Amino acid sequence: MKKKSTFSYARYGYIFSIPFLLAFLIFSLYPTLYTAVIGFTDLKGIGNTTIHFLKDDPFANYKAILASDTFQIAFKNTIKLWICNFIPQLALALLLAAWFTNVRTKIPGEGAFKVMFYMPNIITAATVAILFYSLFGYPMGPVNDLLVRFGFLKEPFYFTNNKEASQNIVIFIQTWMWYGYTMIILISGILGISPEIFEAADVDGANGWQIFWMITIPNIKTILLFTLVTSLIGGLNMFDIPRLFMNGGPDNATMTVGVFIYKQAFSGGYLYNRAAATSMIMFMIIVAVSSLLFYLLRDKEEEELKKIKKQQIKAMKLKMKEAK
Amino acid sequence: MAKNQNVKKTIIFIICVFLAILSLFPFVIMIVNSTRSTTEIQQHAVSLIPSVYFSKNLKILLGKSFNPAVGFMNSLIVSIGTTALATYFSTLTAYALVVYDWKFRDAFFSFIMAIMMIPAQITMIGFYQMVYKIHMTNHLSMLILPAIASPSMVFFMRQYMKPALSLEIVQSARIDGAKEFFIFNHIVLPIMKPAIATQAIFTFVSSWNNLFTPLILLTDQKKYTLPIMVSLLRGDIYKTEYGSIYLGLTLTAVPLIVAYLLLSKYIIAGVALGSVKG
Repeated sequence: MKKKSTFSYARYGYIFSIPFLLAFLIFSLYPTLYTAVIGFTDLKGIGNTTIHFLKDDPFANYKAILASDTFQIAFKNTIKLWICNFIPQLALALLLAAWFTNVRTKIPGEGAFKVMFYMPNIITAATVAILFYSLFGYPMGPVNDLLVRFGFLKEPFYFTNNKEASQNIVIFIQTWMWYGYTMIILISGILGISPEIFEAADVDGANGWQIFWMITIPNIKTILLFTLVTSLIGGLNMFDIPRLFMNGGPDNATMTVGVFIYKQAFSGGYLYNRAAATSMIMFMIIVAVSSLLFYLLRDKEEEELKKIKKQQIKAMKLKMKEAK
Repeated sequence: MAKNQNVKKTIIFIICVFLAILSLFPFVIMIVNSTRSTTEIQQHAVSLIPSVYFSKNLKILLGKSFNPAVGFMNSLIVSIGTTALATYFSTLTAYALVVYDWKFRDAFFSFIMAIMMIPAQITMIGFYQMVYKIHMTNHLSMLILPAIASPSMVFFMRQYMKPALSLEIVQSARIDGAKEFFIFNHIVLPIMKPAIATQAIFTFVSSWNNLFTPLILLTDQKKYTLPIMVSLLRGDIYKTEYGSIYLGLTLTAVPLIVAYLLLSKYIIAGVALGSVKG
């Protein structure tokens, strides 16, 4: 009965998908393929659009990029900046999420804190980058003013001229902008755990630390992995902050792959071909990472069932341990 | 035990207050310094007391290439266009996936999930070359139209629609003689309102804050969006005009802060709903 009634309407399934497909073909698929093609050509020079395929060595652009010192530095920086911001970001978010969802430690003003922690994420990254550039200004930016006034430093420190300091500031900005977001995602994950599991653990006398590691963490594993993958993809594309904070400098210390691609294609020699080759290298890395996420999301429902079973077994075990 | 709990609570509260200050402090400095003169800022860059140089800073700021009104208008056009197209067509595509039984439906959904995480930034060289070839680089439409295909939003809309929309409603509307398109516009869209509102907020904000695509496509100052306007503040033209730089930043940040504080309840609930970032 049902099949018969929907059958005649099937063509609307196609019709309603057409706008999406058209826009995808024009604005997404074609540019992707075209980027791939440009990677094998000699396309460079401002405003140039005529392409000639490389005859001697089609992979010349890829080889040049992989051998380029600047690309290697940019790639290492991108990974370093991401790892160094993701670890404290996740740790802080987990800690806050655990506190905010714990009924025993109800913090006054919880809602207001959430609003404030998430606020930096909503502000334009371009504005944030230039604001921090001003805050760390030399010789009399606000940070130097405070450090000197309260006696932490004898004289102003030239933050943006120092490689280490500039990297750390970018790491700080990224952490500062994203821990609130991660916290809210984790809170909703923790609130999704059945309260009975917590109650059971509570009755059995498990302390906060045990509950956190043995119940909370295993139950939000999927969300943690989701956070990891999305953050990694975002991190591999990091552009706004390093570009506007120090434009990749000083001495390539904040040069990320995103900034590198932009600089290759839209300054100096306008090397569209090199930039395209770099993009495709990153594209392949991101495809690898996102297929991992694809796999995770596909098995979500089955996994959830498994998890509930596992949880019950775990709770039983915990109970049995207590009984002993 | 209770005492121990109270000590813990106090420590947590102090940490939270510290983090809250950390979140607000940069913006407070920014806003206060936008009212102070460059000389005042050079003497003491940190002050919580506003001064009286707001209009003077504004004069210097607007006297050069920074034009917040133009940036604001362009950003508004792009963000509203993007949000409208993305939410409407994503809901339509999700509807095609949920309600109709067609041959390639499952394949199409798998495909959407596969491309969901690929960021537009990575294919930007090809996109730029394509747009340049057809002489559309300074057209805002090139920033808006790609939103028709927003895979991650289709995914979200489908997940929301599946339990929210009962097929009986659609069936009974058909019996009453309603056309498919009419059913979508007048019955399905209202049902999807909460999901659309959530997604609209995030699309609007991320479009408003987008720097990379406009930076590549727009070369005409009259077409600049706000993030590119902001990037001018980093250039040589305002080098020592600290008060004006802070004022420029304030003008771009304050509307967002106000909108955020007004909508924070919905925004935070929206993030919690598991907004899949595109």
